[in-house]
Amino acid sequence: MTADAATGTEVALAAGSVIAVSDLRVATTGGTEVLRGVDYAISPGEVLALVGESGSGKTTAGLAALGHLRRGLSATGGTVLVAPKVGEPVDMLALTSKERRQVRGAVVAYVPQDPALSLNPALRIGRQVAEVLETHGFGDSAQARADRVREVLTEVGLPGDPAYQRRYPHQLSGGQQQRVGIAMAFACRPSVVVLDEPTTGLDVTTQALVLRTIGRLTAEHRVAALYITHDLAVVAQIADRVAVMYAGEIVEVGECAQVLHRPAHEYTRRLVAAVPQLDGPVVDEPEPEPEPEPVAGEPAPLLRATGLSVRYGSHQVLRDVDLAVRAGESVMLLGESGSGKTTLSRCVAGLADEFAGTVELDGVPLARSTRQRSTAQRRELQYVFQSPFSSLNPRKTIGQSIEVPLIWLTTMDRVARQERVRQILEQVRLDPAMVHRLPDQLSGGQRQRAAIARTLVTAPRLLVCDEVTSALDVSVQATIIDLLGELRTQLGMAMLFVTHNIALARHVADRIVVLNGGEIVESGPVEEVLDNPTHPYTRTLLENTPRM
Amino acid sequence: MSETIAVPLSAEVNRPAGLIRRAWAFPQAKIGAVLTVVVVLLAVLGPLVAEVLTGYAPDDFAGKPFKLVGIAGTDNIGRDVLSRFLDGGLTLLFYAVLATALGVLLGAALGMLAAYTGGRLDAVIMRGGDVLLSFPCLVLALLAIAVIGPRGWLLVLVIGISHAPRIARVTRQATLTVAGQDYIRAAEMYAVPRWRILLDETLPNITGPLLVEVGLRLTYSIGYVASLSFLGLGIQPPAADWGLMINENRIALVVQPWGVLLPVLAIAVLTVGTNMITDSLASAASGARQGSES
Repeated sequence: MTADAATGTEVALAAGSVIAVSDLRVATTGGTEVLRGVDYAISPGEVLALVGESGSGKTTAGLAALGHLRRGLSATGGTVLVAPKVGEPVDMLALTSKERRQVRGAVVAYVPQDPALSLNPALRIGRQVAEVLETHGFGDSAQARADRVREVLTEVGLPGDPAYQRRYPHQLSGGQQQRVGIAMAFACRPSVVVLDEPTTGLDVTTQALVLRTIGRLTAEHRVAALYITHDLAVVAQIADRVAVMYAGEIVEVGECAQVLHRPAHEYTRRLVAAVPQLDGPVVDEPEPEPEPEPVAGEPAPLLRATGLSVRYGSHQVLRDVDLAVRAGESVMLLGESGSGKTTLSRCVAGLADEFAGTVELDGVPLARSTRQRSTAQRRELQYVFQSPFSSLNPRKTIGQSIEVPLIWLTTMDRVARQERVRQILEQVRLDPAMVHRLPDQLSGGQRQRAAIARTLVTAPRLLVCDEVTSALDVSVQATIIDLLGELRTQLGMAMLFVTHNIALARHVADRIVVLNGGEIVESGPVEEVLDNPTHPYTRTLLENTPRM
Repeated sequence: MSETIAVPLSAEVNRPAGLIRRAWAFPQAKIGAVLTVVVVLLAVLGPLVAEVLTGYAPDDFAGKPFKLVGIAGTDNIGRDVLSRFLDGGLTLLFYAVLATALGVLLGAALGMLAAYTGGRLDAVIMRGGDVLLSFPCLVLALLAIAVIGPRGWLLVLVIGISHAPRIARVTRQATLTVAGQDYIRAAEMYAVPRWRILLDETLPNITGPLLVEVGLRLTYSIGYVASLSFLGLGIQPPAADWGLMINENRIALVVQPWGVLLPVLAIAVLTVGTNMITDSLASAASGARQGSES
């Protein structure tokens, strides 16, 4: 092993890097190759972004830097050389699990995706950071370690004082929790940090702050960072170099600007094209603006919500919100987590029945609960759920699921229903042969198409889409957005598109409504709001949204 | 039981094929299945072959009490033990399966209803179940039999009802996780009637934990019916029954042990067998839950 390490040393040090992965091959125990010869190296102070879609092997390749392989996977070849601050480089894959534990955290550290899951809810945060130091024997005394805890918390931009250290994870916001996670990773002054989509669950404003913290820390402490993500806009913000993974291989690697703006590989080009741009669609520039059909003076809006207020206990979720959607129009309801956007869309859809105010469809007041609405009203107003992984019954075939609204909301007979299901599947561009598939035999994008198909079978006039793309990969998101836009012009339906992603605005919406803290702070045509935001909140959102 | 166990489960067999196949991968599932099938075959075919095999009907007197006449000797009043043993299993199994089925139907329906409806109905159903749970099943059965008398249907009814609260609890817990899923919200949006939501959307998704509970309750049912017969409150003489045989012949355990040992062995093997199947079902179900998370 020492011989291996010695030969490897030259390679690693020749490139001036602190971590060098070469020809890494990983396979499942069943023999399926997950990684097919992956190489990457990172120098101190550099951020390498490992991008790719779900199933591309980016997480496997990233976690291999820690010498960790998920259960059911094993390395079939290659080396992962890591250089500690002092001493010889080591091959993470050749170490015993005990030795590996010593290296992890001290030399190679890890920032997990969801800090809420990785922090121990029963331990105060100061204690958790100190524990990392104790485990790796950092510092000579308890005092030295306490000093380091305070120092590292300040480094990530948190107050390091004892009162703050005595907090429990649940007393912190998501962004603060993630900073604690970052502090734990940087505590022992590691040479390499692996970050696994650390900002995925965060709002754009928080995300911007966390990204800045990561960038500053890696530069200041000369840490090599491996940033695993699927979000190319984030990559543009943080990475020096980018490695694009596809089907277990790195298909393209290079300087960030070059890969993102002049992609060489076909797959990268597709990936880049799929990223929604705040400035509008990249490829098909002259997108026909679907004007609302009745251009007459003051058409009554299709949907009008007036004075919506919702409170859960003492917490006011919505405060006297007014919202209108005209026939054929697409309105984006923009808000960060906790803004009340989902509550609002559920009030409209009749899924939350405890609210004050009225919701009218075509001037007719709607009952609060969907059960009390008329069949016609239920047909005309449909709702697409956020996650296609939970909105389709896993024990029902796609056909059975799509047929449900037809059974209960129409008088069609069996034959007509099946014909309609086939027709609608073609419309959402799913193979009609898929009617007999179960949801777990479909990909995420296909599932969301099926979920959309279910809402379209009754030819609704208003479609409420609740974060329909947030559970999907970027390229899949792009196809779903395209599909929705197309269907909207084809069927002439109005859309209420609920999202946290302002970058989608020009791709989906005519009008935009910004919701913050349960109140509408700004609304207007997309162009106007994006180009001349009047409310400071909208301005912050726009500033913090990562662009490529 | 190859037939009988299939009765409550057959509807689900196609659906959670994953669970059953995974459970079957455990060696103990196979051993359990063999043990169960042996006893079930014995009980089902026994009554048909008993007379042919031994030459005595279960009620015929073969000789004097506790003498080695025939293959396994005679019982307390001189009837052929083997003949009675072969004849005595079917009723026990029949009652046990019926009681389990009743308990599952009742418990699953109430549990799903409680979890899905929530609120006051949930509280009433579950607290009612708690009250029932506070009586040991056997005491409840003794009470009912003392009042009405030893009847087969009463046995099934009492055991079934006393299983219901436990099954309701398991079902309620499983339903709660499912009820939070968006496909239930979607069904509500389409105004699917409540009972269809429970039957179509919920039930197929909770068969895993339910199946485990069914197996467990079946094991208990066998035990209860046998115990009640032993106490003389279940199946009544002169009918042949394993529980009853143990009671009748235990006085001569040393002189002529087969009258007791045969039924004891059969009940033990059956209980162990069904338990092993249940265990592997439970392991498969929990393993599946781990699998989907990672």
